[in-house]
Amino acid sequence: MTGDRFRFPKVEFGPEERALREEVRAFIREEKASGGFTPMADSWGSGWSPEWSRKMGGRGWLGMMWPKQYGGGEKPALHRYIVTEEMVSAGAPCAAHWVADRQSGPLLLRYGTEEQRRSILPRIAAGECYFAIGMSEPDSGSDLASVRTTAVKVDGGWRINGRKIWSSGAHRSHYMIALVRTAPRDMKARHAGLTQFLVDLKSPGIEIRGIRNIAGERHFNETVFDDAFVPDDMVIGEAGDGWRQVTGELAIERSGPERFLSTFPVLTELVRELGPEPGDRDAETVGALAARTMALRRMSLGISRLLDEGEAPEVAAALVKDMGTRFEGELVREARNLLPARAASQSPDLYGKVLADGVLHVPSSTIRGGTNEVLKGIVARELGLR
Amino acid sequence: MSDRIVLDTAERILADLCPPDVVNDAETGVWPTVLWETLEESGLTLAWVREELGGGGAETGDGFDILKAAGAWAVPAPLAETLLAGWLLEQGGLAAPDGPMTVAPVGPADTVELEDGVLSGAARQVPFARQAGHIALLAAGRILLVEREACALVPGISLAGEARDDLAFDGARPLRSAPAPEGLDRDRLTLVGAAVRAAQMAGALSRLLDQSVQYAQEREQFGRPIGRFQAVQHALAELAGEAAAAEAAADAAGEAVAARDFGPHGIAAIAAAKARAGEAASKGAAIAHQVHGAMGFTYEHSLHHRTRRLWCWRDEFGNERAWSVRLGRLIAAEGADTLWPFVTGSHAA
Ligand SMILES: Cc1cc2nc3c(=O)[nH]c(=O)nc-3n(C[C@H](O)[C@H](O)[C@H](O)COP(=O)(O)OP(=O)(O)OC[C@H]3O[C@@H](n4cnc5c(N)ncnc54)[C@H](O)[C@@H]3O)c2cc1C
Repeated sequence: MTGDRFRFPKVEFGPEERALREEVRAFIREEKASGGFTPMADSWGSGWSPEWSRKMGGRGWLGMMWPKQYGGGEKPALHRYIVTEEMVSAGAPCAAHWVADRQSGPLLLRYGTEEQRRSILPRIAAGECYFAIGMSEPDSGSDLASVRTTAVKVDGGWRINGRKIWSSGAHRSHYMIALVRTAPRDMKARHAGLTQFLVDLKSPGIEIRGIRNIAGERHFNETVFDDAFVPDDMVIGEAGDGWRQVTGELAIERSGPERFLSTFPVLTELVRELGPEPGDRDAETVGALAARTMALRRMSLGISRLLDEGEAPEVAAALVKDMGTRFEGELVREARNLLPARAASQSPDLYGKVLADGVLHVPSSTIRGGTNEVLKGIVARELGLR
Repeated sequence: MSDRIVLDTAERILADLCPPDVVNDAETGVWPTVLWETLEESGLTLAWVREELGGGGAETGDGFDILKAAGAWAVPAPLAETLLAGWLLEQGGLAAPDGPMTVAPVGPADTVELEDGVLSGAARQVPFARQAGHIALLAAGRILLVEREACALVPGISLAGEARDDLAFDGARPLRSAPAPEGLDRDRLTLVGAAVRAAQMAGALSRLLDQSVQYAQEREQFGRPIGRFQAVQHALAELAGEAAAAEAAADAAGEAVAARDFGPHGIAAIAAAKARAGEAASKGAAIAHQVHGAMGFTYEHSLHHRTRRLWCWRDEFGNERAWSVRLGRLIAAEGADTLWPFVTGSHAA
């Protein structure tokens, strides 16, 4: 069936997984009750809370899959999946550690030096060390291979010049992993000559300028490199191997439950507002949204299983992210139409607040981490159309 | 879902014996004799009946694999209905006869009564009734096997050109009869029927994707295959997503039936599957037709073997709205704080 092309294997939960889920749920319940957080939409992208991240680290819920010697828990991908889906569906503020835990840590684990792993991974796992993604530039978005920021070899290291943009949370992060050109552009080998650098954002020659988003938050940045020096041992993997590494990183970046659950808190609060005996039209909308969530989740879980089987499910992840992020927007639209609220960011009622979060943040869902057009292109290539 | 042998057997037989002309001929009333006999001999038609009762004794999950294959190949015979009839008979411990069967009643408004061993009442739009030798009937709290010949039949035709006949049972006497076990009521039959149709839709969508991709690679305009145009690529990527979502949803429903889970979670899985697969059927068929241009609108082309069946199946055993409402009500009754646990099927796990 479809599985012959796009495989989404079935996932079964054992007692260990069920216990973990219950533990996470109990924690979230208690925190919510004691005012530890207020649910929000896009909580993994916008809910920056070092305090929350440290709490999660303290419970062993960050770096879960990494070796113990680096502060990890040596758990399967499925365990990390359980923790992340519980957090995102509850609207818990996970933005501070999200990038580090999801992609930067695994990248360092795979390609980093022993020194990098020893010094950084345990801090990520403790919820204390945060990362920014340095891929996009003012003139390089979807066409990532066109990046122009360059690093030139000097004694003992490299000097970086150029500008990275968007860089979510860079102003509050410790490190950035930057994709940089280390050999001149070659139109015949577009993916050659790129290198990933581990950049300490406190280094001289780096300026981080804030850019406000439409929700009024400082989330984006422009990160300017002006002759910034990066020592040799901060090269990640092999110089010139950056493209292969960054595509692997993107596959991980795209594969998780945050790609369809960002607006789930809106559905939760909608159900609360509608009460136990909704009319037919209300029930229909809730049911249809739940049905779509259930199908997406089953596919998404299949991806985490593929990760555990050692596969790099790039195409499956693109397929689910395309559908999932469109769904995030449709959920908000359906809720709005069903139960108009004074969507207000400072609304005293939770439904109005999460709806406002949703309306203001959904335009980014289908862009960040690769636009849906780019994702559909990946699927089309797998179909043999390009 | 379980081992692939059953699926591979079904795929092999159907690829071989269910080509487009067999599907077309069936629509003109030609029974696909060779196809049916081969399916029957290989034990696929009665996969859901245990061996002591004359069946193939397959795992329930294998039966759903057969259904996906049946949907993929647009089998123009009551394979799904015979499977479902077998399932129903099996619930009552009744032996299954050879030959094609169907199930009644399938509509919520139909009433069939049994008094002193004699049936009365009618069932509308019974799939493949005229081709069926026997009907597995759920009436008056009993599971009954009735000879088709014993019923009066008014022919009807579905969107897909398949028989959907009205049956009147007045005066008929069941061949076999057993009390329905606890919990097996019309609603449960509808739930299993919905899971069956969801699996067929998932199978049909997956073939629809293959067919559409192939067409986009072969059809040339402006000097190149239309699949080179990004608009076409993106439409097909969406179709791939719809097919995958339908299959994920249908598999969950099949697992609920296999686990005999007809509690709130099982109902939710089945409701979600029928609603989601029905939605995918609408979106997927529209994309497939758009990609095929006028050619796909001809009777000559076999695209309609799947699209017309999808349009038919999305309405049978409850349409998207009906199942969404049911799921929404279940969720509302559980309440907001259990929404997520409910959706994940890990309620108070
Ligand atoms: C909330 C948010 C956070 C982000 N955080 C980071 C971060 O931390 N670090 C980082 O490096 N980047 C980050 N990004 C940037 C993100 O990766 C880019 O926005 C994305 O890759 C698209 O690039 P662009 O915005 O330049 O759009 P463009 O590439 O200019 O695209 C604009 C439009 O044209 C379409 N388009 C472009 N090329 C094609 C094509 N070949 N075919 C069809 N359509 C095409 C796109 O799909 C899109 O609709 C973030 C973005 C958002 C929204």
